[in-house]
Amino acid sequence: MTIKEKEDALVSEFGMFDEWMDKYSYIIELGKEMPLIDEKHKDPQHLISGCQSRVWLNAEIKDGKIQFTADSDAVITKGIISLLLKVVSNEEPKDIAGANFGFLEKIGLKDHLSPTRANGLVSMVKQIKLYAKAFQLKNMN
Amino acid sequence: MNINIEKIRSDFPILSHKINGKQLVYFDNGATNQKPMQVINCISDYYSNMNSNVHRGVHQLSQNATTAFEESRKYVADFINADSEKEIIFTHGTTESINLIANSFENIIGKGDEILITVMEHHSNLVPWQQLCFKKGAKLKVVPITDEGDLDMVFLDSMLSEKVKLLAFAHISNVMGTINPVKEITAKAHKLGIPVLIDGAQAIAHAKVDVTDLDCEFYCFSAHKAYGPMGMGVLYGKQQWLNNLQPYQYGGEMISTVSFEKTAFNELPYKFEAGTPNVAGALAMAEGLRYIDNIGIGNIVEHEDDLLNYATNKLTDIDGMRIVGRSKNKTSVISFLVGDIHPYDIGTLLDQMGVAVRTGNHCAQPLIDNFCIPGTVRASFAIYNSREEIDYFIGALKKSLAMLA
Ligand SMILES: Cc1ncc(COP(=O)(O)O)c(C=O)c1O
Repeated sequence: MTIKEKEDALVSEFGMFDEWMDKYSYIIELGKEMPLIDEKHKDPQHLISGCQSRVWLNAEIKDGKIQFTADSDAVITKGIISLLLKVVSNEEPKDIAGANFGFLEKIGLKDHLSPTRANGLVSMVKQIKLYAKAFQLKNMN
Repeated sequence: MNINIEKIRSDFPILSHKINGKQLVYFDNGATNQKPMQVINCISDYYSNMNSNVHRGVHQLSQNATTAFEESRKYVADFINADSEKEIIFTHGTTESINLIANSFENIIGKGDEILITVMEHHSNLVPWQQLCFKKGAKLKVVPITDEGDLDMVFLDSMLSEKVKLLAFAHISNVMGTINPVKEITAKAHKLGIPVLIDGAQAIAHAKVDVTDLDCEFYCFSAHKAYGPMGMGVLYGKQQWLNNLQPYQYGGEMISTVSFEKTAFNELPYKFEAGTPNVAGALAMAEGLRYIDNIGIGNIVEHEDDLLNYATNKLTDIDGMRIVGRSKNKTSVISFLVGDIHPYDIGTLLDQMGVAVRTGNHCAQPLIDNFCIPGTVRASFAIYNSREEIDYFIGALKKSLAMLA
Protein backbone atom coordinates (compact mmCIF):
# COMPACT_ATOMS: atom_id res chain seq x y z
CA MET A 1 0.00 0.00 0.00
CA THR A 2 1.17 3.55 -0.65
CA ILE A 3 1.08 6.18 2.05
CA LYS A 4 -2.02 7.63 0.46
CA GLU A 5 -3.76 4.24 0.43
CA LYS A 6 -2.92 3.66 4.06
CA GLU A 7 -4.28 7.07 4.96
CA ASP A 8 -7.51 6.34 3.08
CA ALA A 9 -7.86 3.01 4.84
CA LEU A 10 -7.59 4.70 8.23
CA VAL A 11 -10.11 7.34 7.23
CA SER A 12 -12.65 4.70 6.29
CA GLU A 13 -11.96 2.72 9.49
CA PHE A 14 -12.62 5.81 11.56
CA GLY A 15 -15.69 6.57 9.47
CA MET A 16 -17.39 3.66 11.22
CA PHE A 17 -17.44 5.48 14.54
CA ASP A 18 -20.16 8.01 15.24
CA GLU A 19 -19.20 8.59 18.83
CA TRP A 20 -16.01 10.39 19.77
CA MET A 21 -15.64 7.95 22.66
CA ASP A 22 -15.40 5.01 20.31
CA LYS A 23 -12.88 6.91 18.25
CA TYR A 24 -10.69 7.58 21.27
CA SER A 25 -11.06 4.02 22.55
CA TYR A 26 -9.85 2.81 19.18
CA ILE A 27 -6.92 5.26 19.22
CA ILE A 28 -5.95 3.99 22.66
CA GLU A 29 -6.13 0.39 21.40
CA LEU A 30 -3.97 1.20 18.38
CA GLY A 31 -1.40 2.72 20.70
CA LYS A 32 -1.06 -0.61 22.44
CA GLU A 33 -0.13 -2.29 19.14
CA MET A 34 2.52 0.23 18.15
CA PRO A 35 6.06 -1.10 17.65
CA LEU A 36 7.70 0.17 20.82
CA ILE A 37 11.03 1.86 20.89
CA ASP A 38 13.81 -0.15 22.51
CA GLU A 39 14.17 0.88 26.17
CA LYS A 40 17.83 1.71 25.52
CA HIS A 41 16.75 4.40 23.05
CA LYS A 42 14.55 6.15 25.60
CA ASP A 43 17.21 8.78 26.10
CA PRO A 44 17.33 12.55 25.66
CA GLN A 45 18.54 12.09 22.09
CA HIS A 46 15.34 10.33 21.09
CA LEU A 47 13.07 12.51 23.18
CA ILE A 48 10.88 14.90 21.26
CA SER A 49 10.28 17.96 23.29
CA GLY A 50 6.57 18.49 23.47
CA CYS A 51 5.16 20.29 26.42
CA GLN A 52 3.26 17.82 28.52
CA SER A 53 3.67 14.20 27.55
CA ARG A 54 7.02 12.77 26.67
CA VAL A 55 7.51 11.17 23.29
CA TRP A 56 10.47 9.11 22.09
CA LEU A 57 11.05 8.25 18.43
CA ASN A 58 13.62 6.11 16.66
CA ALA A 59 14.10 5.30 12.97
CA GLU A 60 16.19 2.67 11.23
CA ILE A 61 16.53 1.90 7.56
CA LYS A 62 16.08 -1.63 6.23
CA ASP A 63 16.16 -2.51 2.53
CA GLY A 64 15.69 1.13 1.63
CA LYS A 65 12.63 1.53 3.84
CA ILE A 66 12.33 3.26 7.20
CA GLN A 67 11.16 1.39 10.28
CA PHE A 68 9.95 3.67 13.04
CA THR A 69 9.53 2.80 16.71
CA ALA A 70 8.21 5.13 19.40
CA ASP A 71 6.63 5.46 22.82
CA SER A 72 4.91 8.04 25.00
CA ASP A 73 3.89 8.25 28.64
CA ALA A 74 0.40 9.43 27.65
CA VAL A 75 -1.78 6.77 26.02
CA ILE A 76 -3.74 9.09 23.74
CA THR A 77 -0.54 10.65 22.47
CA LYS A 78 0.79 7.14 21.94
CA GLY A 79 -2.32 6.23 19.98
CA ILE A 80 -2.01 9.20 17.69
CA ILE A 81 1.68 8.51 17.11
CA SER A 82 0.77 4.96 16.22
CA LEU A 83 -1.55 6.35 13.54
CA LEU A 84 1.29 8.39 12.10
CA LEU A 85 3.67 5.45 12.21
CA LYS A 86 1.14 3.09 10.63
CA VAL A 87 1.15 5.42 7.67
CA VAL A 88 4.87 6.11 7.31
CA SER A 89 6.58 2.99 8.59
CA ASN A 90 8.05 0.68 6.00
CA GLU A 91 8.06 3.39 3.34
CA GLU A 92 10.88 4.93 1.39
CA PRO A 93 12.43 8.15 2.68
CA LYS A 94 11.38 10.20 -0.33
CA ASP A 95 7.72 9.23 0.10
CA ILE A 96 7.76 10.02 3.81
CA ALA A 97 9.39 13.38 3.21
CA GLY A 98 6.48 14.27 0.94
CA ALA A 99 3.64 13.03 3.21
CA ASN A 100 1.23 15.63 4.55
CA PHE A 101 -0.82 13.58 7.04
CA GLY A 102 -4.06 15.03 5.67
CA PHE A 103 -5.95 12.03 7.09
CA LEU A 104 -5.73 13.43 10.61
CA GLU A 105 -8.04 16.23 9.62
CA LYS A 106 -10.44 13.81 7.91
CA ILE A 107 -10.78 11.67 11.02
CA GLY A 108 -11.30 14.73 13.19
CA LEU A 109 -7.93 14.75 14.95
CA LYS A 110 -6.40 17.77 13.33
CA ASP A 111 -6.70 19.67 16.60
CA HIS A 112 -4.08 17.40 18.06
CA LEU A 113 -1.65 18.62 15.47
CA SER A 114 -2.16 22.27 16.27
CA PRO A 115 0.84 23.84 17.98
CA THR A 116 -1.35 25.03 20.83
CA ARG A 117 -2.16 21.50 21.93
CA ALA A 118 1.23 21.32 23.55
CA ASN A 119 1.43 17.58 23.07
CA GLY A 120 4.51 17.53 20.93
CA LEU A 121 2.84 16.05 17.86
CA VAL A 122 3.87 18.91 15.66
CA SER A 123 7.47 18.28 16.65
CA MET A 124 6.78 14.59 16.13
CA VAL A 125 5.81 15.10 12.50
CA LYS A 126 8.82 17.36 12.03
CA GLN A 127 11.09 14.69 13.48
CA ILE A 128 9.63 11.97 11.24
CA LYS A 129 10.37 14.14 8.24
CA LEU A 130 13.85 14.98 9.47
CA TYR A 131 14.66 11.27 9.73
CA ALA A 132 13.29 10.76 6.22
CA LYS A 133 15.34 13.61 4.81
CA ALA A 134 18.48 12.44 6.57
CA PHE A 135 18.12 8.94 5.12
CA GLN A 136 17.33 10.45 1.73
CA LEU A 137 20.59 12.39 1.80
CA LYS A 138 22.54 9.31 2.87
CA ASN A 139 21.10 7.34 -0.04
CA MET A 140 22.16 9.95 -2.52
CA ASN A 141 25.77 9.90 -1.32
CA MET B 1 -26.40 30.55 51.12
CA ASN B 2 -26.56 34.23 50.28
CA ILE B 3 -25.97 34.05 46.56
CA ASN B 4 -28.09 33.23 43.57
CA ILE B 5 -25.96 31.13 41.24
CA GLU B 6 -28.48 31.14 38.41
CA LYS B 7 -28.51 34.92 38.38
CA ILE B 8 -24.73 35.11 38.56
CA ARG B 9 -24.36 32.63 35.70
CA SER B 10 -26.64 34.70 33.53
CA ASP B 11 -24.11 37.55 33.79
CA PHE B 12 -21.47 35.45 31.99
CA PRO B 13 -22.27 35.01 28.29
CA ILE B 14 -19.55 32.43 27.66
CA LEU B 15 -21.01 29.99 30.17
CA SER B 16 -23.88 29.13 27.84
CA HIS B 17 -21.48 27.99 25.10
CA LYS B 18 -21.23 24.43 23.90
CA ILE B 19 -17.82 22.76 23.59
CA ASN B 20 -17.52 19.65 21.43
CA GLY B 21 -21.32 19.62 21.39
CA LYS B 22 -21.54 19.57 25.19
CA GLN B 23 -22.45 22.27 27.68
CA LEU B 24 -19.25 24.01 28.76
CA VAL B 25 -18.13 23.30 32.32
CA TYR B 26 -15.38 25.79 32.95
CA PHE B 27 -13.04 24.62 35.70
CA ASP B 28 -9.89 26.41 34.55
CA ASN B 29 -10.42 29.50 36.66
CA GLY B 30 -6.90 29.36 38.03
CA ALA B 31 -5.63 30.22 34.56
CA THR B 32 -8.16 32.98 33.97
CA ASN B 33 -11.77 33.41 34.92
CA GLN B 34 -14.67 34.42 32.69
CA LYS B 35 -16.01 37.95 32.34
CA PRO B 36 -19.46 39.22 33.29
CA MET B 37 -21.48 41.47 30.95
CA GLN B 38 -20.70 44.40 33.25
CA VAL B 39 -17.00 44.12 32.40
CA ILE B 40 -17.53 43.39 28.70
CA ASN B 41 -19.91 46.35 28.41
CA CYS B 42 -17.51 48.60 30.26
CA ILE B 43 -14.82 48.04 27.61
CA SER B 44 -17.18 48.61 24.72
CA ASP B 45 -18.68 51.65 26.47
CA TYR B 46 -15.25 53.17 26.96
CA TYR B 47 -14.34 52.91 23.30
CA SER B 48 -17.82 53.94 22.16
CA ASN B 49 -18.25 56.97 24.37
CA MET B 50 -15.12 58.04 26.13
CA ASN B 51 -11.96 57.09 24.24
CA SER B 52 -9.25 59.71 24.50
CA ASN B 53 -5.71 59.92 25.80
CA VAL B 54 -5.39 60.60 29.51
CA HIS B 55 -3.48 63.27 31.45
CA ARG B 56 -2.85 65.33 28.29
CA GLY B 57 -5.81 67.00 26.64
CA VAL B 58 -7.56 70.11 27.80
CA HIS B 59 -10.57 68.90 25.89
CA GLN B 60 -13.62 67.40 27.52
CA LEU B 61 -13.18 63.82 26.35
CA SER B 62 -9.65 63.64 27.69
CA GLN B 63 -10.82 65.09 30.98
CA ASN B 64 -13.57 62.48 31.19
CA ALA B 65 -11.21 59.65 30.38
CA THR B 66 -8.66 60.91 32.91
CA THR B 67 -11.29 61.19 35.64
CA ALA B 68 -12.61 57.69 34.95
CA PHE B 69 -9.05 56.31 34.82
CA GLU B 70 -8.12 57.86 38.16
CA GLU B 71 -11.42 56.77 39.72
CA SER B 72 -10.50 53.22 38.75
CA ARG B 73 -7.22 53.62 40.56
CA LYS B 74 -9.08 54.85 43.62
CA TYR B 75 -11.41 51.86 43.41
CA VAL B 76 -8.48 49.46 43.31
CA ALA B 77 -6.83 51.24 46.25
CA ASP B 78 -9.99 50.90 48.33
CA PHE B 79 -10.49 47.30 47.23
CA ILE B 80 -7.17 46.21 48.71
CA ASN B 81 -7.30 48.84 51.47
CA ALA B 82 -4.20 50.75 50.39
CA ASP B 83 -3.41 54.04 52.14
CA SER B 84 -3.47 56.05 48.97
CA GLU B 85 -4.04 55.66 45.24
CA LYS B 86 -0.43 56.75 44.79
CA GLU B 87 0.46 53.25 45.89
CA ILE B 88 -1.40 51.67 42.97
CA ILE B 89 0.77 51.22 39.88
CA PHE B 90 -1.03 49.95 36.81
CA THR B 91 0.85 47.20 34.95
CA HIS B 92 0.11 44.48 32.39
CA GLY B 93 -0.39 41.93 35.12
CA THR B 94 1.27 40.04 37.95
CA THR B 95 4.25 39.11 35.81
CA GLU B 96 5.05 42.70 34.91
CA SER B 97 4.48 43.87 38.48
CA ILE B 98 7.06 41.38 39.72
CA ASN B 99 9.50 42.23 36.93
CA LEU B 100 9.15 45.91 37.76
CA ILE B 101 10.30 45.32 41.32
CA ALA B 102 13.02 42.88 40.25
CA ASN B 103 14.31 45.52 37.85
CA SER B 104 14.14 48.34 40.38
CA PHE B 105 15.93 46.20 42.97
CA GLU B 106 19.06 46.06 40.83
CA ASN B 107 20.41 48.97 42.87
CA ILE B 108 19.57 47.31 46.15
CA ILE B 109 20.81 43.77 45.65
CA GLY B 110 24.53 43.10 45.72
CA LYS B 111 27.04 40.28 45.76
CA GLY B 112 26.45 37.82 48.58
CA ASP B 113 22.93 39.08 49.28
CA GLU B 114 20.05 36.63 49.28
CA ILE B 115 16.53 36.65 47.89
CA LEU B 116 14.14 34.20 49.49
CA ILE B 117 11.28 32.53 47.61
CA THR B 118 9.41 29.25 48.10
CA VAL B 119 9.13 25.93 46.27
CA MET B 120 5.52 26.65 45.35
CA GLU B 121 6.17 29.76 43.26
CA HIS B 122 4.77 30.28 39.76
CA HIS B 123 7.57 30.82 37.21
CA SER B 124 6.58 34.50 37.26
CA ASN B 125 7.67 34.79 40.86
CA LEU B 126 10.81 32.73 40.36
CA VAL B 127 12.56 33.52 37.09
CA PRO B 128 12.76 37.34 37.63
CA TRP B 129 14.49 36.76 41.01
CA GLN B 130 16.73 34.04 39.66
CA GLN B 131 17.88 36.29 36.81
CA LEU B 132 18.38 39.22 39.18
CA CYS B 133 20.54 37.00 41.37
CA PHE B 134 22.59 35.83 38.36
CA LYS B 135 23.14 39.42 37.34
CA LYS B 136 24.17 40.69 40.76
CA GLY B 137 26.03 37.67 42.14
CA ALA B 138 23.32 37.21 44.76
CA LYS B 139 21.86 33.92 45.96
CA LEU B 140 18.33 32.63 45.44
CA LYS B 141 17.19 30.59 48.43
CA VAL B 142 14.08 28.43 48.35
CA VAL B 143 11.85 27.62 51.32
CA PRO B 144 10.63 23.99 51.13
CA ILE B 145 7.10 22.69 51.71
CA THR B 146 5.60 19.81 53.67
CA ASP B 147 3.96 16.77 52.03
CA GLU B 148 0.57 18.43 52.55
CA GLY B 149 1.72 21.45 50.59
CA ASP B 150 2.19 23.94 53.43
CA LEU B 151 5.27 26.09 53.73
CA ASP B 152 7.76 24.56 56.12
CA MET B 153 7.81 27.25 58.80
CA VAL B 154 10.76 25.73 60.64
CA PHE B 155 12.88 26.02 57.51
CA LEU B 156 11.53 29.48 56.83
CA ASP B 157 12.60 30.66 60.27
CA SER B 158 16.07 29.26 59.79
CA MET B 159 16.45 30.85 56.37
CA LEU B 160 15.48 34.37 57.38
CA SER B 161 18.65 36.31 58.10
CA GLU B 162 20.28 39.72 57.70
CA LYS B 163 21.59 38.61 54.30
CA VAL B 164 18.06 38.36 52.89
CA LYS B 165 17.18 41.51 50.98
CA LEU B 166 13.70 40.43 49.88
CA LEU B 167 11.17 37.71 50.64
CA ALA B 168 8.83 36.98 47.71
CA PHE B 169 6.09 34.38 47.89
CA ALA B 170 2.58 33.53 46.72
CA HIS B 171 -0.44 34.43 48.81
CA ILE B 172 -2.14 31.34 47.35
CA SER B 173 -0.52 28.50 45.39
CA ASN B 174 -1.85 28.18 41.84
CA VAL B 175 -1.18 24.43 41.85
CA MET B 176 -2.29 23.33 45.33
CA GLY B 177 -4.58 26.13 46.48
CA THR B 178 -2.61 26.47 49.73
CA ILE B 179 -3.35 29.77 51.46
CA ASN B 180 -0.09 30.85 53.02
CA PRO B 181 -0.11 32.56 56.44
CA VAL B 182 0.86 35.80 54.79
CA LYS B 183 0.49 38.12 57.75
CA GLU B 184 2.46 35.89 60.09
CA ILE B 185 5.28 35.40 57.57
CA THR B 186 5.44 39.11 56.78
CA ALA B 187 5.76 39.90 60.47
CA LYS B 188 8.63 37.39 60.78
CA ALA B 189 10.46 39.04 57.89
CA HIS B 190 9.89 42.51 59.28
CA LYS B 191 11.54 41.54 62.56
CA LEU B 192 14.77 41.40 60.54
CA GLY B 193 13.90 44.42 58.42
CA ILE B 194 13.30 42.31 55.29
CA PRO B 195 10.80 43.73 52.77
CA VAL B 196 8.08 41.39 51.51
CA LEU B 197 6.58 41.00 48.04
CA ILE B 198 3.41 38.95 47.72
CA ASP B 199 2.23 37.34 44.49
CA GLY B 200 -1.51 37.71 44.87
CA ALA B 201 -2.51 36.40 41.44
CA GLN B 202 -4.55 33.53 42.87
CA ALA B 203 -5.86 35.42 45.87
CA ILE B 204 -7.44 38.56 44.50
CA ALA B 205 -10.77 36.93 43.56
CA HIS B 206 -10.81 34.21 46.21
CA ALA B 207 -9.78 35.78 49.53
CA LYS B 208 -10.00 39.06 51.35
CA VAL B 209 -6.93 41.10 50.45
CA ASP B 210 -6.08 43.91 52.84
CA VAL B 211 -2.57 45.22 52.27
CA THR B 212 -2.66 47.45 55.34
CA ASP B 213 -3.49 44.49 57.54
CA LEU B 214 -0.91 42.26 55.81
CA ASP B 215 1.63 45.08 56.07
CA CYS B 216 3.57 43.78 53.03
CA GLU B 217 5.78 46.18 51.05
CA PHE B 218 4.53 44.98 47.65
CA TYR B 219 1.45 43.11 46.43
CA CYS B 220 0.92 42.02 42.81
CA PHE B 221 -2.13 40.76 40.95
CA SER B 222 -3.73 40.44 37.49
CA ALA B 223 -7.14 41.77 36.51
CA HIS B 224 -7.92 38.75 34.34
CA LYS B 225 -8.02 36.46 37.36
CA ALA B 226 -10.55 38.75 39.02
CA TYR B 227 -13.32 38.88 36.39
CA GLY B 228 -11.50 41.70 34.61
CA PRO B 229 -9.68 42.02 31.28
CA MET B 230 -6.40 40.49 30.19
CA GLY B 231 -3.31 42.66 29.87
CA MET B 232 -4.03 44.65 33.01
CA GLY B 233 -2.74 44.33 36.53
CA VAL B 234 -1.55 46.07 39.64
CA LEU B 235 1.58 46.57 41.63
CA TYR B 236 0.80 47.85 45.10
CA GLY B 237 3.80 49.29 46.91
CA LYS B 238 4.25 51.24 50.11
CA GLN B 239 4.90 54.85 49.22
CA GLN B 240 8.26 55.19 50.93
CA TRP B 241 9.51 52.17 49.00
CA LEU B 242 8.17 53.24 45.63
CA ASN B 243 9.59 56.72 46.12
CA ASN B 244 13.06 55.31 46.58
CA LEU B 245 13.06 52.80 43.73
CA GLN B 246 14.41 53.63 40.30
CA PRO B 247 11.91 53.80 37.41
CA TYR B 248 11.39 50.68 35.36
CA GLN B 249 10.74 52.11 31.92
CA TYR B 250 11.32 55.56 30.52
CA GLY B 251 9.22 57.71 28.21
CA GLY B 252 6.13 59.86 28.24
CA GLU B 253 3.79 60.13 31.25
CA MET B 254 6.50 59.18 33.75
CA ILE B 255 8.42 62.47 33.57
CA SER B 256 7.81 65.92 35.03
CA THR B 257 10.40 67.97 33.11
CA VAL B 258 12.72 66.92 30.31
CA SER B 259 15.67 68.63 28.67
CA PHE B 260 18.40 67.04 26.59
CA GLU B 261 20.67 67.11 29.61
CA LYS B 262 18.40 65.64 32.24
CA THR B 263 14.95 64.47 33.21
CA ALA B 264 13.00 64.88 36.43
CA PHE B 265 10.70 61.97 37.04
CA ASN B 266 7.02 62.35 37.74
CA GLU B 267 5.58 61.62 41.17
CA LEU B 268 3.85 58.41 42.19
CA PRO B 269 2.21 56.49 40.69
CA TYR B 270 3.13 57.95 37.28
CA LYS B 271 6.86 57.49 37.78
CA PHE B 272 6.30 53.79 37.06
CA GLU B 273 3.78 54.18 34.25
CA ALA B 274 5.66 55.11 31.08
CA GLY B 275 3.66 55.62 27.91
CA THR B 276 -0.05 55.67 27.16
CA PRO B 277 -1.75 53.37 29.66
CA ASN B 278 -4.46 50.78 29.07
CA VAL B 279 -7.35 53.05 30.04
CA ALA B 280 -10.14 50.68 29.03
CA GLY B 281 -8.28 47.97 30.92
CA ALA B 282 -8.14 50.05 34.09
CA LEU B 283 -11.84 50.85 33.94
CA ALA B 284 -12.76 47.24 33.24
CA MET B 285 -10.47 45.99 35.99
CA ALA B 286 -12.27 48.20 38.49
CA GLU B 287 -15.57 46.90 37.09
CA GLY B 288 -14.43 43.30 37.73
CA LEU B 289 -13.53 44.19 41.31
CA ARG B 290 -16.87 45.94 41.70
CA TYR B 291 -18.50 42.69 40.57
CA ILE B 292 -16.73 40.93 43.45
CA ASP B 293 -17.76 43.66 45.88
CA ASN B 294 -21.38 43.48 44.83
CA ILE B 295 -21.54 39.78 45.62
CA GLY B 296 -19.32 40.17 48.67
CA ILE B 297 -15.97 38.43 49.09
CA GLY B 298 -17.33 36.68 52.22
CA ASN B 299 -20.14 35.10 50.18
CA ILE B 300 -17.70 34.15 47.45
CA VAL B 301 -15.35 32.43 49.87
CA GLU B 302 -18.25 30.58 51.46
CA HIS B 303 -19.55 29.36 48.11
CA GLU B 304 -16.16 28.34 46.77
CA ASP B 305 -15.31 26.53 50.03
CA ASP B 306 -18.50 24.57 49.63
CA LEU B 307 -17.49 23.61 46.08
CA LEU B 308 -13.99 22.69 47.25
CA ASN B 309 -15.29 20.38 49.98
CA TYR B 310 -17.98 18.87 47.79
CA ALA B 311 -15.53 18.12 44.96
CA THR B 312 -12.76 16.91 47.27
CA ASN B 313 -15.10 14.38 48.90
CA LYS B 314 -16.32 13.07 45.55
CA LEU B 315 -12.80 12.83 44.14
CA THR B 316 -11.46 11.07 47.22
CA ASP B 317 -13.93 8.22 46.57
CA ILE B 318 -12.26 7.42 43.25
CA ASP B 319 -9.80 4.51 43.24
CA GLY B 320 -6.17 5.52 42.89
CA MET B 321 -6.94 9.22 43.47
CA ARG B 322 -4.06 11.34 44.70
CA ILE B 323 -4.81 14.96 45.52
CA VAL B 324 -1.67 17.08 45.38
CA GLY B 325 -1.98 19.78 48.02
CA ARG B 326 -3.90 18.86 51.14
CA SER B 327 -3.42 21.92 53.26
CA LYS B 328 -6.09 22.65 55.85
CA ASN B 329 -6.05 26.18 54.52
CA LYS B 330 -6.85 26.14 50.86
CA THR B 331 -8.93 27.78 48.19
CA SER B 332 -10.96 26.01 45.53
CA VAL B 333 -8.03 24.68 43.53
CA ILE B 334 -7.74 20.90 43.27
CA SER B 335 -4.75 19.29 41.62
CA PHE B 336 -4.88 15.54 41.24
CA LEU B 337 -3.49 12.42 39.64
CA VAL B 338 -5.13 9.03 39.26
CA GLY B 339 -2.89 5.95 39.42
CA ASP B 340 -0.21 6.34 36.81
CA ILE B 341 -2.51 7.80 34.17
CA HIS B 342 -0.96 10.80 32.44
CA PRO B 343 -2.76 14.10 33.19
CA TYR B 344 -2.78 14.90 29.49
CA ASP B 345 -4.93 11.84 28.75
CA ILE B 346 -7.50 12.81 31.36
CA GLY B 347 -7.58 16.44 30.20
CA THR B 348 -8.08 15.39 26.57
CA LEU B 349 -11.04 13.15 27.35
CA LEU B 350 -12.63 15.66 29.74
CA ASP B 351 -12.40 18.24 26.97
CA GLN B 352 -14.36 15.92 24.70
CA MET B 353 -17.13 16.05 27.28
CA GLY B 354 -17.06 19.85 27.55
CA VAL B 355 -15.09 20.06 30.80
CA ALA B 356 -12.22 22.57 30.71
CA VAL B 357 -9.44 21.78 33.17
CA ARG B 358 -5.76 22.55 33.14
CA THR B 359 -3.16 19.81 32.81
CA GLY B 360 0.61 19.89 33.07
CA ASN B 361 3.01 21.70 35.34
CA HIS B 362 0.95 24.89 35.69
CA CYS B 363 4.03 27.11 35.21
CA ALA B 364 5.43 25.78 38.46
CA GLN B 365 7.84 23.15 37.23
CA PRO B 366 10.07 23.08 40.31
CA LEU B 367 7.02 22.38 42.49
CA ILE B 368 5.90 19.53 40.20
CA ASP B 369 9.47 18.15 40.22
CA ASN B 370 9.44 18.43 44.00
CA PHE B 371 6.61 15.88 44.07
CA CYS B 372 8.31 13.71 41.38
CA ILE B 373 5.17 13.62 39.22
CA PRO B 374 4.60 14.28 35.49
CA GLY B 375 2.18 17.13 36.25
CA THR B 376 -1.39 17.16 37.47
CA VAL B 377 -4.95 17.70 36.35
CA ARG B 378 -6.20 20.89 37.98
CA ALA B 379 -9.82 21.84 38.53
CA SER B 380 -10.25 25.34 39.92
CA PHE B 381 -13.57 26.97 40.69
CA ALA B 382 -15.06 30.44 40.61
CA ILE B 383 -18.20 32.15 41.83
CA TYR B 384 -20.35 30.93 38.91
CA ASN B 385 -19.56 27.23 39.34
CA SER B 386 -22.07 24.87 40.91
CA ARG B 387 -22.38 21.49 42.60
CA GLU B 388 -24.27 20.26 39.53
CA GLU B 389 -21.23 21.02 37.40
CA ILE B 390 -19.05 19.09 39.82
CA ASP B 391 -21.41 16.12 39.55
CA TYR B 392 -21.12 16.26 35.78
CA PHE B 393 -17.33 16.57 36.00
CA ILE B 394 -17.07 13.56 38.33
CA GLY B 395 -19.19 11.53 35.91
CA ALA B 396 -17.03 12.62 32.98
CA LEU B 397 -13.88 11.83 34.95
CA LYS B 398 -15.10 8.33 35.78
CA LYS B 399 -15.93 7.73 32.13
CA SER B 400 -12.43 8.90 31.14
CA LEU B 401 -10.77 6.70 33.72
CA ALA B 402 -12.72 3.67 32.48
CA MET B 403 -11.44 4.33 28.96
CA LEU B 404 -7.87 4.84 30.11
CA ALA B 405 -7.70 1.90 32.50
C1 LIG C 1 0.49 32.37 41.44
C2 LIG C 1 0.62 33.05 40.11
N1 LIG C 1 1.56 33.99 39.94
C3 LIG C 1 1.72 34.65 38.78
C4 LIG C 1 0.91 34.39 37.70
C5 LIG C 1 1.15 35.14 36.43
O1 LIG C 1 0.08 35.96 36.14
P1 LIG C 1 -0.01 36.74 34.75
O2 LIG C 1 0.25 35.71 33.70
O3 LIG C 1 -1.40 37.27 34.71
O4 LIG C 1 1.02 37.79 34.77
C6 LIG C 1 -0.07 33.41 37.82
C7 LIG C 1 -0.92 33.08 36.66
O5 LIG C 1 -1.14 31.94 36.31
C8 LIG C 1 -0.22 32.73 39.05
O6 LIG C 1 -1.16 31.79 39.21
